[in-house]
Amino acid sequence: MTWDELRPLLGQATLETLQMTAWSAVLTAIGGTLVGVLLVLTERGGLLPLAPLNKVLGAVVNIGRALPFIILMVAIIPFTRAITGTTIGTTAAIVPLTVAAIPFYARLVETALHEVEPGVIDAARAMGASRAQIVRKVLLREARPGLAAGMTITVVAIVGYSAMAGAIGGGGLGDLAVRYGYQRFEGGVMLVTVVLLVAAVQVVQTFGDLLVRRLSHK
Amino acid sequence: MIQIEKLRKVYRTRGREVTAVDGVDLTVAEGEIFGVLGRSGAGKSTLLRCVNLLERPDSGRVLIDGRDLLALPGSQLRAARQGIGMIHQHFGLLGSRTVAGNVAFPLEVMGVPRAERAERVAELLDLVGLTEHARAYPAQISGGQKQRVGIARALAGRPKVLLSDEATSALDPETTASILELLRGLSRRLGLTVLLITHEMDVVKRICDSAAIMRAGRVVETGPVRELLLRPGSELARGLFPLPEPEPRAGTTVVDVTFDGDSADRPFVSSLARTYSIDVNILGGAVEQIGDGRVGRLRIELPGDPEVNAAQLAHLRDAGLTVEVREPAGADGASGADAEGAGGASGADADGTDGAGGAGGAAQDDDLGPDARTSEEAPLR
Repeated sequence: MTWDELRPLLGQATLETLQMTAWSAVLTAIGGTLVGVLLVLTERGGLLPLAPLNKVLGAVVNIGRALPFIILMVAIIPFTRAITGTTIGTTAAIVPLTVAAIPFYARLVETALHEVEPGVIDAARAMGASRAQIVRKVLLREARPGLAAGMTITVVAIVGYSAMAGAIGGGGLGDLAVRYGYQRFEGGVMLVTVVLLVAAVQVVQTFGDLLVRRLSHK
Repeated sequence: MIQIEKLRKVYRTRGREVTAVDGVDLTVAEGEIFGVLGRSGAGKSTLLRCVNLLERPDSGRVLIDGRDLLALPGSQLRAARQGIGMIHQHFGLLGSRTVAGNVAFPLEVMGVPRAERAERVAELLDLVGLTEHARAYPAQISGGQKQRVGIARALAGRPKVLLSDEATSALDPETTASILELLRGLSRRLGLTVLLITHEMDVVKRICDSAAIMRAGRVVETGPVRELLLRPGSELARGLFPLPEPEPRAGTTVVDVTFDGDSADRPFVSSLARTYSIDVNILGGAVEQIGDGRVGRLRIELPGDPEVNAAQLAHLRDAGLTVEVREPAGADGASGADAEGAGGASGADADGTDGAGGAGGAAQDDDLGPDARTSEEAPLR
């Protein structure tokens, strides 16, 4: 395969990977934060202790974390079709990517929120702050560096998962690597896609580190 | 201003019950600084946290300005808390906000509009002397400055009541002094009622009008600080004026004499010696500056059994002194209580010993003239 043949394919695949990753990341940030906050609020000694909800939520998150991505992707095909109307292509891949990433990020959110000093929460309560105010202005705000670091890890994981989504026709760089590099023994294509994926991860990590540093005032 | 009635708080963890606060009654008058002194684990922190209901007591009542906090529903309780300032041992500052942002935080919680907020923040920072550090982050300032931010923040809602949870325990002695000074000044200027808890005798000595001593969840003594110091057998006095246990010597009377205010300025030892032509031996003593005046305690030894010293003791009492005859060790329950008391006030020992050592050292010889001074600049008698 010549470079001229490969170039449009590469451009298209890179765009697809970016799309999948970006959309999944945004949806995961929202969903994972929500689940993470709920986990922390409802735990014993939390601001809104609700043991049953906490247990159920914890179990769901653990199931999501335990399933290998490739199995999860296949298992939720009906769900994906219900939402996107299709089961192949970039848009369809966003659904399993998000479903897999939310529990992953939720645990990281939980950890980041636990890092917030209890004394700060106490102080806010003593001031008469409401739960909503404490979540918004204290927990999420104080945990920003941890949340950003967690999001960086999550986005890197999504880039990796998105390559796997190629296996069921999700498109993107992973798809290219599988179809040309693996199935047609095009070593060059494999190499280029791998280099691009590594570069993508590198960029995400560097940007994430920068963000964490900007957010912390240590 | 603050009324605590029959307060009880029990912690239950896996079949084990710990009674942290065991039926405490306390009344803090408007405008006074009230100190609750006790060792860690005595329940004083739980007591304080029950005042603004950070912990909900199992039984009892908490009245602030006549209002029963326990009867308030959530939203009203939050509103009530906005009128009660609180400062914390580890400051509880938001690391993600600047000094000014931290002081603005309670105002945001209260829904104060932005422009008004900025004005009030500037005012508060000026009040605690932190105007220059408005844009610094908590990680960039010292512990004392952090507590000043905590104080400014606590005062944002113009509270009438300030709760202080070991506010100076994480600070060095000099910073502690400056923070206490600030608290005292603010309480006088703003008419604040302050309820503070501490394990440091020094805090009570420096700024408290009244105090309570807590042990094992109960208040074991309470009252105005001066009164407690003058009260025979009080733990506060024992903690502040630690006197060595006297060697039991037959044929002598050991007397603890506590003096304050007017009686602190009269040379009662030499007057006693002259009037009865006896030798008075000083065994130890200490003088402390409490609030606006001096309070001190001296342990002296008179020749002869207590029975023969009746007139001498009356002489001391007539001079306005609080007189306590020490029974020889082991004679009755008093010595047992004493040993326990010495342990109970361990937090104060380091502090009190300075004064006692200085005064005691100078006081070995009772021939010292009236011009001799103790380390606390008090005339010896």
